[in-house]
Amino acid sequence: MEDIARDIVNKDYEYGFTTDVETDVIDKGLSEDVVRLISKKKGEPEWLLEFRLQAYRYWAEQKQPEWGHLNMPVIDYQDISYYADPTKKSKSEDSKEIDPELMKTFDKLGIPLEERMALAGTAVDAVMDSVSVKTTFRDKLKEMGIIFMSISEAVREHPDLVREYLGSVVPYRDNYFAALNSAVFSDGSFVYIPKGVRCPMELSTYFRINARGTGQFERTLIVCDDDGYVSYLEGCTAPMRDENQLHAAIVEIVVKENAEVKYSTVQNWYPGDKNGKGGVLNLVTKRGHLRGANSRLSWTQVETGSAITWKYPSCVLSGDNSQAEFYSVAVTNNFQQADTGTKMIHIGRNTKSTIISKGISAGRSQNSYRGLVKVAPTAQGARNYSSCDSLLLGSKCGAHTFPYMDVKNSSAIVEHEATTSKISEEQLFYCQQRGINTEDAVSLIVNGYAKDVINKLPMEFAVEAQKLLGVSLEGSIG
Amino acid sequence: MLKIRNLHASINGKEILKGVNLTIQDGEIHAVMGTNGAGKSTLSNVIVGNPMYEVTQGEVTFNGQNLLNMKPDERANLGIFMSFQQPVEIPGVSMTNFMRAAVNARYKAQGREQLSAGEFLKLMREKRKIVELDTKLTSRSVNEGFSGGEKKRNEIFQMAMLEPEFCILDETDSGLDVDALRIVAEGFNKLRKPDTSAMVITHYVRLLDYLKPDVVSVMIDGRIVKSGDASLAEKIEKTGFDWIKEEVGL
Repeated sequence: MEDIARDIVNKDYEYGFTTDVETDVIDKGLSEDVVRLISKKKGEPEWLLEFRLQAYRYWAEQKQPEWGHLNMPVIDYQDISYYADPTKKSKSEDSKEIDPELMKTFDKLGIPLEERMALAGTAVDAVMDSVSVKTTFRDKLKEMGIIFMSISEAVREHPDLVREYLGSVVPYRDNYFAALNSAVFSDGSFVYIPKGVRCPMELSTYFRINARGTGQFERTLIVCDDDGYVSYLEGCTAPMRDENQLHAAIVEIVVKENAEVKYSTVQNWYPGDKNGKGGVLNLVTKRGHLRGANSRLSWTQVETGSAITWKYPSCVLSGDNSQAEFYSVAVTNNFQQADTGTKMIHIGRNTKSTIISKGISAGRSQNSYRGLVKVAPTAQGARNYSSCDSLLLGSKCGAHTFPYMDVKNSSAIVEHEATTSKISEEQLFYCQQRGINTEDAVSLIVNGYAKDVINKLPMEFAVEAQKLLGVSLEGSIG
Repeated sequence: MLKIRNLHASINGKEILKGVNLTIQDGEIHAVMGTNGAGKSTLSNVIVGNPMYEVTQGEVTFNGQNLLNMKPDERANLGIFMSFQQPVEIPGVSMTNFMRAAVNARYKAQGREQLSAGEFLKLMREKRKIVELDTKLTSRSVNEGFSGGEKKRNEIFQMAMLEPEFCILDETDSGLDVDALRIVAEGFNKLRKPDTSAMVITHYVRLLDYLKPDVVSVMIDGRIVKSGDASLAEKIEKTGFDWIKEEVGL
């Protein structure tokens, strides 16, 4: 097995390049003045500045939590710049004035910003560092009443909607990183699906960290009104840097009566090098509120990047008969660490949640599933099914499962299953005897293991995710 | 042509093969019989490069190429196929996807153009019929939930798909009832081309009645001690191995 490991050529992180573009970066450090400066640069209204300041003051009183099954590097919050704008030269909304270097970057990442070249049926919002670079297909969506734009623009153009929902699902007091994000969030996407409208295309945000020594604090807000439908996908990459980069995002989703939201993530932030140096610290709060009766929300995530991933995309099932799903594949290799899972909070009657988590650990990585299923006294007839599987490649990695259940209604049915397995030498040898090389064999077995989750992704992205799983685990057998 | 010279191999430090000499010509069906623990399965596994075994001495060549410094997949792509004694299960990986990866690798090694999805599925259908493998088995995960007999049939089905030049049947007959044995053996005969050669490991003459070996070799205590024609197998069936042991002084 060790021989095989040595034979395999390690593939480096493909997206590790940087873009040479003039970027407006504010000085490092965080204070009330910095929060005011960010708000001013973005020309925000008073209420939003007030929101930020409250969050900042709360954050300043708190200590960074330590309960994760993670070995976190010390984060010096005064050594980070909280705002970086690569679109300095062109403040205009007109795409013709976007720096060609920026366009090239997104092309290189396979994210075409020219609408005629864009993936069929996908509208894209591209965010580099702190600023949304371009949102495609906006006008076409507008005809249907769908709002899809950067959250900065939404603050200007739809202040009432943003004010009503911002912080309504994840309040700034929710946790340390949520408070930090609420104070300094820079950009992100805003989606509003009006009553009875099914969004005809996939909406997608592509996040890219470029500037050095900056953090990325994006904020996504999705509101799906009664009988609406939207499928949303986010993708993420970052350049290779020796230092850790901080990414503390918030995603809030509001799902109203009979509405349905599908949220998919393919996260491939820079994971650090083979010795565990550098990489993105991915500390994110994602939550959906199923407010209306019969509403539906699903989180699907394929997590292969980041040095540390610490997040729990969650659902609050308030509406009667609402249904929530969480499908996750989390891959860790080399020295990566992940502590991820979900929270399902059942409040409404006959609410139903499903959790399918697949952890894959290789190298010297540590991969933890942590999940909470909570059934309130009001949640008559609530049901949950959880299945958490761990796959180990090699003997130096770790897989851990931390399921929590808090059931306050005796009519609820909560089921939990967990398995741990290993790719055996016999399985690999069997594949090899049929002419399949080790890398392809690992990719085949891992994709087979993860297919229940991969199949939930929109098709174009499922193909990408499959390739990503193979690449992330190259050189992992040993 | 497969040529084995003075092959020594061990597992966990224990020597199992103690100087095997064996030659199998193109088109030859070569049966290897022997007592339990004589090293027949070790020999099969060493030829295909199972990393569990360590080769300490000797050489194995296939059509003049040294197999011992090749990875298992490289050996397979030369056209060497082993029907496993105990095929492993691979949960989540469908037989179709598995076979597709294997056939693509084989075609690539042969410099042939890859099959389209439609052509591939058509090939699956044709080959499945030869070994009377149930449709539902090919849509399942590799060997998962297959009975012992289905697993063996599935091995011959894979052989049919990959069209090897040299096959090792490692106790393919064990665990098969009379009907299944006939299907597997007849399947093998139908699939076989005139220059396909095979090494057939078995304890029973039943299988050899169908496969008609050109040469029968006897393995005892890590060596090939005697070779002969098909009549040798019949003699062993009637009288056992003791007379051979005596003859060679073991």
